[in-house]
Formats: sequence, structure tokens, C-alpha cells
Amino acid sequence: MSGLDRLDHRKNLAAVIGVGQTHHRAKREDVSMAGLCREAMDRALADANLGRDDIDAIVVGKAPDLFEGVRLPARYLAEALGAVGKPLLRVHTAGSVGGSTARVGASLVQAGVHTRGLTVAFVKQSASIAMWALSVPVPFNMPVHAGAGGYFAPHVRSYIRRSGAPTHVGAIVAAKDRQNALKNPYAHLQNKDTTVESVLASQMLWDPIRYDETCPSSDGACALVIADEDTARSATSPAWIHGQVMRSEATSAAERDQVNPQAGRDAAAYLWKQAGITNPLEEIDAAEIYVPFSWFEPMWLENLGFTPEGEGWRLTESGGTAMDGVLPVNCSGGVLSSNPIGASGMLRFAEAALQVRGQAGEHQVDGARRALGHAYGGGSQFFAMWVVGSERPTG
Amino acid sequence: MSRTLQAPVTVSFDYTRSVGPVLGRFLTGLREGRLVAARTSDGRVVIPPPEFDPVTHLETDDFVEVSPTGVVTSWSWVPEPVAGQPFDRPFAFALVELDGATVPMLHALDVSSPDEVSTGMLVQVRWAEERSGLITDIACFEPVAGPDEVGDGVSGPGRARPELRDEAPTEQSRPGEATGEITTIITPVSLDYLYAASPEESAFYRGLLEGRILGQRCPTCHKVYVPPRSACPVDGVATTDEVELSDKGTVTTFCIVNVPFLGQKITPPYVSAYVLLDGADIAFLHLILDVPAEEVRMGMRVEAVWKPRDEWGTTIENISHFRPTGEPDADYDTYKQHL
Repeated sequence: MSGLDRLDHRKNLAAVIGVGQTHHRAKREDVSMAGLCREAMDRALADANLGRDDIDAIVVGKAPDLFEGVRLPARYLAEALGAVGKPLLRVHTAGSVGGSTARVGASLVQAGVHTRGLTVAFVKQSASIAMWALSVPVPFNMPVHAGAGGYFAPHVRSYIRRSGAPTHVGAIVAAKDRQNALKNPYAHLQNKDTTVESVLASQMLWDPIRYDETCPSSDGACALVIADEDTARSATSPAWIHGQVMRSEATSAAERDQVNPQAGRDAAAYLWKQAGITNPLEEIDAAEIYVPFSWFEPMWLENLGFTPEGEGWRLTESGGTAMDGVLPVNCSGGVLSSNPIGASGMLRFAEAALQVRGQAGEHQVDGARRALGHAYGGGSQFFAMWVVGSERPTG
Repeated sequence: MSRTLQAPVTVSFDYTRSVGPVLGRFLTGLREGRLVAARTSDGRVVIPPPEFDPVTHLETDDFVEVSPTGVVTSWSWVPEPVAGQPFDRPFAFALVELDGATVPMLHALDVSSPDEVSTGMLVQVRWAEERSGLITDIACFEPVAGPDEVGDGVSGPGRARPELRDEAPTEQSRPGEATGEITTIITPVSLDYLYAASPEESAFYRGLLEGRILGQRCPTCHKVYVPPRSACPVDGVATTDEVELSDKGTVTTFCIVNVPFLGQKITPPYVSAYVLLDGADIAFLHLILDVPAEEVRMGMRVEAVWKPRDEWGTTIENISHFRPTGEPDADYDTYKQHL
């Protein structure tokens, strides 16, 4: 038992009782950052049938400040978020921040510090250009950086080489997620004509990643109400938290595995243990996995332990990750269809909750009892995950 | 000689901010020379209006116009203005409670010495000559003319037109197409700072000035890092053992950048590759040229192409790029642990 596992038995139960999100769009010029957050928050509170006065603490997460050029945005947002007189925390773990923020909110409730927490995550990507914000040249260094796509494309190439995957597998993921997005009214991209062939025909941006294999740039927000056992018992269809975890690792270290990072593997192993899951492929009914570039679906299937190493692509290629497959992945359309970066991780956690609450609408997996929410960020160095279930955890 | 190399960095961008309906109403009012405040549910009148009511948390929807004259409730003297502030000469920042408002607003007060400002003094808005829907439509506050000044046509010492600083960033506003109300402001943001490389990196960059590539070995795990880190990321110990490395190596993995973007230094398409130098245990990113992009391969053997010596500095850019050596490709097993 590691130090990280030791206190587990002392955790209180917690559940998601409210979920809210915005309609994710390239530009939400009609609202300010505060207005964007409030749209998601108000929906989450209405869903939980609670008012802002019922909330004990607010946890806010967002992408790097350079995206909006607002330093300490939580300071400006405090009043709009209803945080006056209450604790307000900000979380920052790059692209995984939405997941980490949900995890911090859950921890506060599980630790008995607060009874009802509200988590909110957002980005207003239309305020700047993400590629610029992620590629500011560092003196003395070679200016070859080219945004997140430029960072991850070499590791995708490594995955293809290591696994021997056929080169069209990425396109299968992109076509699937874009088709799933048509069932999600909140999804940014609504491209009904996307097929494997059209993805393969799209422009190669960061070889081996094509245009249609990349996520869009979105404005959006997501919010969750996370409550203690007493509150959750009287709520309508709570999504009980069966396990939640974060792990980090160095951005760069000699012989660091960038395709199948240790932190992700460790996080997943601990997550399944907490949730009492021994065969995740059998026992998880729906998974929302952070896939900003198509190939990360098979990569994370392996990292999460759904398949043996080198075989994630086989599950994808066989249709196993489609809505009617053995493991429906990203029924919401995923990050590939909506990417409000700061909120993208929380959206994965939120969509997992919607699935086990039976409230995912047209993209609902019938009878989903346990679902995974997953986020990663930085140079594949921050991982946040949870498992939520329709039934109260036992034992 | 300083242990660390330093270089200035400027990060600047013109941010597009959507202001939302409440602040949009306030900014639209400014453009028209009106001061729009909000009446909040607790009975206060607040300008600029808060987007959401502090008590009910509902979106602000009760607006009231307030007077351009008011009272200074507190102030602070700015003896040495810095870039981006309203004046290039000493001035005051003041909290001004406008007649009709119950909460003071912050703005600049144009007086020439701290002796001319006091709590309780009467001030008025001095509008900018051209208004466009920005907070700077209020150029500043100025003292309300005293009885001896009224009607004499002589400006007091504090009444000169403010000189806006030349280097101050200029905001712009943008009205919505449908209503003409201000919906968007463009805010230039510029951040200047001094980047300092670590002592270990500095030694690496100084080595490059002599055409040498200097890494460091971790005394615990014996891995060779290039550029050297201050500490081994795995063992957390200082990497003090200097190792000179070859300028030949192997491409472990790479991508071909086809996408242009703001601030890009190299014209696409270009190959951004992880190069594992012979003798190193970690690859670093560099550029591959002198070969068609589609012929670059994992395992390709490459060598540094140095710029002419008289163009060298303390930078990795002394190596213009890497090019194929023509040797047979490295065996996959020799570099697969670096992927």
C-alpha cells in the first residue's frame, strides 16, 4: 500500500447531483467570461435543484492565463461565481485542469470539509489564438515548437511505429466522434458528412495528424455540483463517485515513455482498484477519454488498461469504441468535437456522470451503470480520472 | 561573468474580449457621454455596473444614469507614472463617488501636485475628445472649478489637457452588428520580462559559442542530459559531471509542420524532429533540412550543420539544422526506449 492509497478508507461518499454546460462554439461574442461561466453554473444548479446559497465552496479551473490575457481571473470572477463569503480555489493543470478541478471539488466533499461544492471550468479561446499562446519562443532555444499539435504529433508517430497500427485508425476515431457529436446539442462541431474517407482526405497539418483529426478551438464552460451522501440520497439520480485520482510526472526525463506515460498507467491502476474494477473493458459501460488528436484514443485505451499495450488500435478498428461497441468511447463527440480547453476535462467527467444518471439524451448508452471520465494535460504529464456509478458504492 | 545568460522576452497580443450585455451597456453609454450605473438589490447604485447582482446573483437589469460630478472619497498620489498609466506626469488615482451613485469608482484625477487633492473635494468627468465606448472615454476626473475660476476663462494649474503617454497601448471597441451597442473590446496586452537560463543551461549555450555541445551526467542514474538540467528529473540530484557530445545523432521521432501561425519563426513546411545525439540519453527538438520532408525517417542518422562561425552566439541556433549523414538508419532497438 503506497502512501497515496493509505487514507482511502476514511473518505466519505460523494456524488454528482448537477451538471451544466454551455453550447460550445468557436466564438461566444454575446457573453463575457463571467457570463460564460454563469451559463454553465446556472444550469448545473438548476439540474441539482439547488440555489447558489446552498453551495459551500467554489472551485474554478481554466487553461493558461495567456489564452485570455487575464491574470488571476478567479479574482475578477469571484462575485459572478457567487463566491463572496465562501472559499474560492483555482486549479491549474494545463489541459487536464477541468478534470483536476472536478477532482478537487470531489475531494473537498469526500474529506468532509464541505457538504456541497460547485466546480466550474471554462475557456474563451476566441480571446486569442491557442497556437500562439502555446508557442511563445524561449530565448536560446530552437523555435520549432508549433502548438499542441506540433508537440503531440511526434509521439503519435512513435505510437504508430510501436504498435504497428494501420495508418487509417486515427481517421476511424475522428469520424466516429464527429458522428457522435450529431447526437449532442452542446457539441461545437456538427459536421454530418464526416467519414473515414473525408478525414483521410483532409489536409495534413502536423504530419501524421490531419486537419480533421484535430480538436476545434471553442469557447465554453462546464459546471458540476458535487454533494455529500446525505444530500445525494435525496437527489434525483446522483452519479456516485466510485474512485478519483490524479497523477503527475516530469515533462521531460531520459527514457520517459511519452506514448504510454507511467503517471497515466499508475493513475488508472489506482482508479480501478478504488472502484473495485478488475476488468475495465467488461465493467465500464461508457468512457469519456480526453482525445484532442484522434490517435490518442487507442493510445489512452492502452494507458488506461482497457487493452494490452500495442492493441488499443484493434479495439478502435473493430468498432469496439463506437456507441454500440463493447466500450463506447466519447459518445458526446469528445474533445475532437468541442474543445473549450479549460473546460474539456470537466466535460469528460460531466459526460460520464450524465451517462450513469441516464441523462445523456440521444447519446445515452442504454443502461450505463459505471462510466469513466478522463483528462490529461501538459506534455502528457498530468492525469485526472474518475469512475462514477448509478449505484452507491459499497464496502 | 554572470553565471546565467539572460535575454529579454516580450509577449504581446491584442486580445478580443466580449464584454457581455451589462458592461456593453456601460461602454455604450460612455460613447454617448452618459454614465450608466446599476441599482443592485441591496439598494446600492454602482458604476461601472456589476454583471451580476451581489445578493441575488441574477444578471443586472436595473440601470440608472448618474451625474458626471462627484466627491473624492480616497486617493493615492502617483509620483512616477509607468507605461500604460493615464498620464506621463505625476497624477492621482482617486475613488470618486458620483452624484447619484453610492459606491465610488476608480479613475485618474488630473492635478499637478498632491497639495491639490483632498478627500471630499468636488471633481467632474473630463470626457475624451473622441469617444468610442471604452473606459478611457472618461479621460480623467478634474477638480470642479472653484468660485474664483468660474467664468474667468482661465484654466487652473490642474486643468491642462492630459497628455496621454505615447507608449500606452490603445484599446479599441467594436459595436455589435445588430444593435450598435458595444459588444467587444480589443485590448493590447504586452508583457516584457527578462528570461534567465539556469547556470547549467548557460554553460551549454556558452559551449555552443565555441562549437561544443556540453551535456551533463546524473551521478545517480548516469543518464546524460542535453541541454543539461539543474537537477536530474528522476533522481533530483545535481548533474555536475560534464560530458561533451558528438554533433551526430539519430532522429527518434518527428512531425512535419505544415500549419502557419502567428509568431512562427520558421516558414512551413518544416520537419521538427527529436534528435538523440550520440552519447546522450535524451533527445531534443531541432530542425531537419537538406532532405525532402517525406524522406525523413525514424532512425535516420543526422549531423549538425553549423552556421558560419561569425554568426554564432550563445544559442542552439548556432546549429542551423541537422541533415542526413548518409549512414544506414539506426536499428529500432537502439532508440525505441527514447520514444
